[in-house]
Order: sequence, then structure tokens, then C-alpha cells
Amino acid sequence: MAEHENETDMNNSKSFLGKFFALPTDSVEKTIFVAVMLCLVASMVVSTAAVMLKPIQEANKARDKQINVLQVAGKYQAGTDIEKAFSAFEPQVLELATGKIVDKFDAKTFDDKAAASDPELSVPLEDDPAGIGRKSKYKVIYILRDDQGKIDKVILPIHGYGLWSTLYGFIAMEENGNDIYGLQFYQHGETPGLGAEIDNPKWKALWSGKKLADDDGKLQITVAKTQPKAGKDFYIDALSGATLTSNGVDNLVRFWMGEQGYKTFLDNLKAGDM
Amino acid sequence: MGHKKRDLLVDPMVDNNPITLQVLGICSALAVTSSLKVSMVMALAVIFVTGFSSMFISMIRNHTPNSIRIIVQMVVIASLVILVDQILKAYAFEVSKTLSVFVGLIITNCIVMGRAEAFAMKNPPIASFLDGVGNGMGYGLILMLVGFIRELFGAGTLFGLTVLPKVTDGGWYVPNGMLLLPPSAFFIIGLIIWAFRTWKPNQVEEREFKIQTLEAH
Repeated sequence: MAEHENETDMNNSKSFLGKFFALPTDSVEKTIFVAVMLCLVASMVVSTAAVMLKPIQEANKARDKQINVLQVAGKYQAGTDIEKAFSAFEPQVLELATGKIVDKFDAKTFDDKAAASDPELSVPLEDDPAGIGRKSKYKVIYILRDDQGKIDKVILPIHGYGLWSTLYGFIAMEENGNDIYGLQFYQHGETPGLGAEIDNPKWKALWSGKKLADDDGKLQITVAKTQPKAGKDFYIDALSGATLTSNGVDNLVRFWMGEQGYKTFLDNLKAGDM
Repeated sequence: MGHKKRDLLVDPMVDNNPITLQVLGICSALAVTSSLKVSMVMALAVIFVTGFSSMFISMIRNHTPNSIRIIVQMVVIASLVILVDQILKAYAFEVSKTLSVFVGLIITNCIVMGRAEAFAMKNPPIASFLDGVGNGMGYGLILMLVGFIRELFGAGTLFGLTVLPKVTDGGWYVPNGMLLLPPSAFFIIGLIIWAFRTWKPNQVEEREFKIQTLEAH
């Protein structure tokens, strides 16, 4: 009985579709029919591909993030065994407010990007120079220790808005919590040739050896066209032709290295209290 | 393969090359040819998109209302481009990062739309597919040629392998950095067009007007 019903259903639908196919090609009904059918088929193909390939793409992204951690810490050459090199880094979950490592979460699986949109784990920002809206209360940081088990470098994730897109990157800090070892962005959508020059090795090299704060503890690091009064130790030359991207980088670095970001943690680091 | 079908594939390589004769698709040819590997991936992506978009558009050509035909073509092309982009992100992550926006910009590549509108709307699917692949290969051929020259003389490498050892690495070759910048592709494509037209003089366009000679009165 049920089978029989199905059959008539199918016959009906066939003739229903067939009726549309038989319509004159330039009629209004046929135009709408073709448009709807095409959209359905195209969207199915695209979404199937996106869903099926997502796991591989995620794995690529995770690997790329690891490579970026290695690069920013200066531990990457072509042909480096990424898994092995990355295992030297110790992922930890940091509570921004206290500047202390917490073990509430598993640092290997904790996703601070997702946490930033979770009301439980994040706070909305009123003073928001980096243009990120909300910030996660917890961040995953990577600690690199030397042979004696002392902290050598810490790799801190940073992000903020440039011109077109949110820039995601890492900043590598020396153990004194004030000297920058390197800075690198691993994901952005800035204009190739202009804003995307933040990926240029020559520009990235400018960051090495710069200092965040002066002797009075005031945050002085600046990305600008001209050298600020504080001196060249705190100055990174802005990218020509990419003023807004440079401003974005300036804002986000100052935000993340300031009171709302890692300052408490860096102070703890300076005091040797880790 | 019949004579006509082979022509569909081979014709766009030299005799009717989309870049050198029709001067289409120049923009991406300038942007992605700084290394041979990236040029090759881009060429394969374009061959895939032109081939299959022409085939699918030809399959539905008799049901495509004239009033929305351009949109229909765009939807087919755009879907295929997204498909290529997703596949590259999954299986060729590094290259897809270098290609960045230019994969998405295949949608606006005049060659793809041009073949859809000029050929696929009037011809059966298999012929359209071959025509699409042929034109994609014609584009790819020039891309590889430009990529070869730029990478070899700009960086002294081919596919990332050192061919001309650079001075900075203790060799003898001083690389020409200008070749890695987009304008150089412009010059190279210009020279290739000149070479093609010297070889096949019938590709030279007729002058649109003649410069008048002054007559003494």
C-alpha cells in the first residue's frame, strides 16, 4: 500500500518537473524554475565539498599554526620535523586577569578563538582599539624552556582588525617580558602587495630586539611613519601604502601588550614569578 | 578523435591563444607567475574551470532562458571556482596561501565567461568541454612560459630547485629582482605576443586607421 503511494508520488513529481521542462524557454515560469533549480544544485555541490573537505582543511590550519609558532620563535627551517620541533613548546592556558597559568582546561584542545564568543568565557570590550568586540578571558600561550628548565621564550597569540580583515598572529617575547623576539601573522585578508606585506620577512625582522615598555614601565612600542620621541628601540617603521593595516597592527599590539592584554602576565614574568 | 575535435583542443594553444591573440585574462597572468609551481597550479585550476563550466553550461543551454543566461553562467563558473578553492585548501595548502585571492578571481577571468558565451551556448557538451580545456591550456601555456622566465632569471630557481646558483649563496648569478615584480610579467607577455605574431603574421591585427602622409601643396 505504502509502496503504491510512493510510486504515484514519484510519477506525479516527474510529470510536475516534466511540465516545467516542457515550458517555452523564455517564459517567466521557466526562468524562475531554471534559476531555482540551478541554485539548488550549485549550493548542494558547494556545501557538500565544503563539509567533506573541512577536516583536512582544519588539519592543515592546525599544522600551519604550529609552523607559525616555530617560525616566530626562530625554530623553523625548511625540512624541520614539525611535530618533533613543536613538542619542545609547552602549551598552557593563561588567565588574562591574573596573569597566571590555570589548569581548568586542557591546553591542547582549548580553543580561545571559540571562547571569545562564549559569554561564560569572554568579556565584551568597551575600550576596544583592536576592533575585536569581545575578548576571551583565557588564552593559549606556548612556553619554550631552555635545557635547565628555565623559560627561554613565550609565544603569545594576538589578533585585531586591520583594513579588511582580522589579523591573527603570534608575538614571541624573551624571558624578561619586555624584549620582542619576533612577530608574525598566520591569517589575514589584507591586500596582496600592500597590507599583506606584513608577511614580508624584511618587515617582520624589524620587530626583533624591540622593547615594549621604557624604564618607567610605560608602553612605548609604536608602528608609525616617523620615529616617536621614545626612541628607536620602540619604533617599527610602518608599511608604505598600507597605512590602515599598519595602524591596525599598532593598535592590536598595543592592546594585547597593555593592561587589557598580557601586561599582568608579562609583569609576573619580569618578576620571575612563573 | 576526429579532426575537428583535435582542432578544438590544439587551436587555442597557438593559432587562437586567449592571451596572445585575444589578450584576455592578463590580470591574473601578471599576478601569479612569479614562480613556476604557482603558475602550474593556477593553470590547472583554470583548465578545470573552463573545461567543466563550458560542459555544464552547454548541457543546459537549451533550457537556459535568454534573459538570465549570464547569471546562469556565472553561477556555474562560481560554483566550480569555489570547488577548486576548497580542494586547494585541503590538498595544496601552501600554494593556496600564495594564490590567495587569485583563485577566487578565476570567476572574473574573461576567458571562462568568453568561452561560455561564445562557444558553449551554441555547441554540444563534449565539443564545449574540449574547447574549454583547449583554451585553459592556451592560457596555462603562456602562464608557464612567463613563470619559467620569471622564476629562472628572477630567483635562479625552477620549481624551487636551484638552477643558477645565486651570488648570495656563493654562486655566480646575480638575480634580476625586477622579474619578481608584476610589471615584468607585462613586458614578458608583450614580448611573447610579438614573437607569436612574427612567427604567424596572420595574427597581426589590421590597423584601425592609417596615419595620413602629408602632401606638399
